[in-house]
Amino acid sequence: MQASQWLPIAELSAKVRAGELRAADLVEQALKTIEAKKEYNAIIATIPERARTRAASIDAAIKNGETVGRLAGVPFIAKDNFLVFGAETTAASNMLKGFTAPYQSTVIEKLEAEGAICVAKANLDAFAHGASTENSDFFTTKNPADVARVPGGSSGGSAAAVVLDMAPFALGTDTGGSVRQPASFVGCVGYKPTYGLMSRSGIVAMASSTDVVGTLTRTADDAAYVIDVIAGRDPLDGTTIERDPAGYTDVPAAMKGKKIGLIKEWMGEGVAPGVATVIRSAADAFRAAGADVREVSLPSLPLSLAVYYIVVPAEVSSNLSRHDGQRFAFSYADAATLDESYTQSRGNGFGAEAKRRIMIGTYVLSSGYYDAYYRKAQTVRTKLINEFNEAFKQFDFLIGPVAPTTAFKIGENASDPLQMYLADVMTVGPSLAGLPAISVPAGTSDNLPVGLHIVAPQRSDRALLGMAKAAEELLA
Amino acid sequence: MTLSTALRQKYTPTIGIECHVQLKTATKLFAAVGNDAREAEPNTLVSHICFGLPGALPVLNKEAVHLGMRAAYALGTVPQKYNAFDRKHYFYPDLPFGYQITQYAQPIVLGGSVAIVVDGQTKLIRITRAHLEADAGKSTHPTTSKDYSLVDLNRAGTPLLEIVSEPDMHTSAEAKAYAQELYLSMRFAGVSDCNLYYGNMRFDVNVSVSTTDQLGTRTETKNLNSFRSVEKAIDYEIERQIELLEKGQEIVQETRGWNDAKQRTFSQRTKEDAHDYRYFPDPDIPPVVLDDDFIAVVRDEMPILPNEWRQRLQSLGLDRPAMEALLDAELDDPEVSYLGLIEEVLSDKDFAKTLANWFVNLEVPLRRDVSTHLNQALTNQGRLALYRAVAALIASGKLNSTNAKILITKVLTGEEQIADIEAFARQHNLIQESDEGAIAAVVAKVIEENPKATTDIKNGEMKVIGFLVGQIMKASQGRANPGLAQELIKKQLGL
Repeated sequence: MQASQWLPIAELSAKVRAGELRAADLVEQALKTIEAKKEYNAIIATIPERARTRAASIDAAIKNGETVGRLAGVPFIAKDNFLVFGAETTAASNMLKGFTAPYQSTVIEKLEAEGAICVAKANLDAFAHGASTENSDFFTTKNPADVARVPGGSSGGSAAAVVLDMAPFALGTDTGGSVRQPASFVGCVGYKPTYGLMSRSGIVAMASSTDVVGTLTRTADDAAYVIDVIAGRDPLDGTTIERDPAGYTDVPAAMKGKKIGLIKEWMGEGVAPGVATVIRSAADAFRAAGADVREVSLPSLPLSLAVYYIVVPAEVSSNLSRHDGQRFAFSYADAATLDESYTQSRGNGFGAEAKRRIMIGTYVLSSGYYDAYYRKAQTVRTKLINEFNEAFKQFDFLIGPVAPTTAFKIGENASDPLQMYLADVMTVGPSLAGLPAISVPAGTSDNLPVGLHIVAPQRSDRALLGMAKAAEELLA
Repeated sequence: MTLSTALRQKYTPTIGIECHVQLKTATKLFAAVGNDAREAEPNTLVSHICFGLPGALPVLNKEAVHLGMRAAYALGTVPQKYNAFDRKHYFYPDLPFGYQITQYAQPIVLGGSVAIVVDGQTKLIRITRAHLEADAGKSTHPTTSKDYSLVDLNRAGTPLLEIVSEPDMHTSAEAKAYAQELYLSMRFAGVSDCNLYYGNMRFDVNVSVSTTDQLGTRTETKNLNSFRSVEKAIDYEIERQIELLEKGQEIVQETRGWNDAKQRTFSQRTKEDAHDYRYFPDPDIPPVVLDDDFIAVVRDEMPILPNEWRQRLQSLGLDRPAMEALLDAELDDPEVSYLGLIEEVLSDKDFAKTLANWFVNLEVPLRRDVSTHLNQALTNQGRLALYRAVAALIASGKLNSTNAKILITKVLTGEEQIADIEAFARQHNLIQESDEGAIAAVVAKVIEENPKATTDIKNGEMKVIGFLVGQIMKASQGRANPGLAQELIKKQLGL
């Protein structure tokens, strides 16, 4: 990754705590960069007043010798599906346009408790439905590597913002690849933790059984530093798990002796040759560094996209039910009856992709179709999980590409939802199995970034971060 | 609407009941918000979860699961180790998530039964299942305007246990007895306050009639909130259905409501309007796996349930009305611990029965009378000591039953804990005279004053002795030992 105006996060916050840097200056620096690069459409809105107020109070606290958190003064950008108290939270949808968050997400709460400052809300595919940000109801984010191309999605705004140096880190959400795939497309580190490691409370839900909070950073070290703050059980989310007692920072880079499986099903037909080349040379580099890299087959993996596009729309159709125009955000004003209020509010508030997923999800959950679709998909999902478990008996990590191609052109897949869904073909498997996975920059193909996908067993996030660091060093 | 007995007997009604019981948790089923909406201003017991805001996630209340487990034992079965929550989808403004969270596929209770007694016959009503679910909010549709409705979300997310019976009932009396027995069980088990006025317990009754072994088309009358309305709605439905069938018409499978003022059911929704609820496992709420140790703890902490109390009370020789009166009294005033005190002395059957009768005939009515001044100094053990002392005084012939009641009443309505009951009784002239000499004088005086009665007795009309004993009691202000007085009369008359 190119040189950055931001120090590594640990150093940056240390300097703020030591009084060598002021939080107020860092906030201005972030806001200035955002303004200077606004033609990329990475950001939906900045929240300057809130950021400046928080920066001032942190600087004052430091001046008074008070203890401040370990992210003191570090600006960050949140995908616009995170509720930030008092800020508009749209999920890039017309449905939520104008919705001001009356509470905030647990991860924002944890970051702020350690002194981090949210400066802006990043663009996404509306309700996180998409792989390019083209489904944003507002605008499409441009890929910093090539402005004619998409940044991936749905956390495309967050990923682009990090590469554009707008802040030291950004938050995204990953339901089926929405952090890893844009990280691969723009060339930054995208981390998807074990399902449940971070609270989903206060994040506009997409699919409850695979939604996770992810980080977009310049390095694996930065990711580890942020994860260490936000990981852990939350009384507001019943699916959260305990953090690793060893924490996530100070993880040594480790490659020698590691058993690594190169997933055969991710290297075959449909993968762009340039992408495959980058991944194979990464595997070679790992071998040269003392890792035992062998090919592994997970025969059910090609079914994961089909499973994903049944299970996830089912959950989406249900989770979007609360957007009914009756209590908050968009409501059709001229309805004469309750039914009309529902149909017009939802009909006008949701975009095409949300409607498509609501229809698919409603269909697969309908009586008479449930067994053929939803139940069968969950059965295959269990088979897939078992295959991952089997593979992890032989291997410490599994690797492959994050996406079959590099960033595609804006508009290229926009009219073909199935083609767009294929962009998730490699990322949905680990999502369905709840596995931690990361996208690490591994090289380029035709000057476009290619990410290496590293997948680890559930709850081995700490080990995965160590592996990612080693990969970073070897692939830099 | 009254059908002839012959016509009613031609048809067999079949009745199943779904009962929603509001669990008495401090907070809601999925939100850390107060659960007591009885007197709260609208929309004051709400959080981002009750309001269904974006990003709000339901988190299961452990106490609701705990109470569901207690309900399982109260229904004569064990809780299901594995149970889980599903989403039931439909749109309505008082349902903020757009789905109700309910245990559809894996309820916390499967099976069980409730024993009822009708016309002296005991009958088991089987329980199909009981599941935990969140209540919806409350919609109000103003009669003055059709432009708006009001929604109060205080009740949204209140934990309910829906108890579903098998269609094992055939008369409204059985249905009413079942409803009342559920009420008792759930209250004794501490599952619910079962306050019917506040809708803590609501009944949906499924009724069909048939002249054959095959069940007829059923209707479901929803939201009955009294035992009486359960009985009346069923009677109404039975007659309505028979009348329709007799006219050659068909029963429409539908949901009906109950108009309490007009005492009749009315059509609300037919089967054609039925929703496809698109149930599926709620991915926000991990499946519940009950720890074996937790199950054991709940099993062991279960209080004694109504039927077990009845068995114990019956072993003392109490009749059904007395038993039911005690069970009711226990619920009305659990702190007084009628049953607990009886339980404490159960090994002494005679005293236990006497105590039970004093409770039923004396203390319970006394406490129910709002004008009674109750002795605040008296503890439950103090009361037990009082009753023991009174029983001992009776046994030793120092107290008769009339004065025993006076003594008990005096202490219960007094001001202090009495250490020496006998001294207190003596102080109030309640100890009966067993000194032969003193009574003999009174007997002599009464014989002298009642020559006609004396003659009658001498002529063999022995019943009249009772009259003379009464006069002696009166003359001694109740203190004479009536047995002794009778002996002395006979002695003095030379019989």
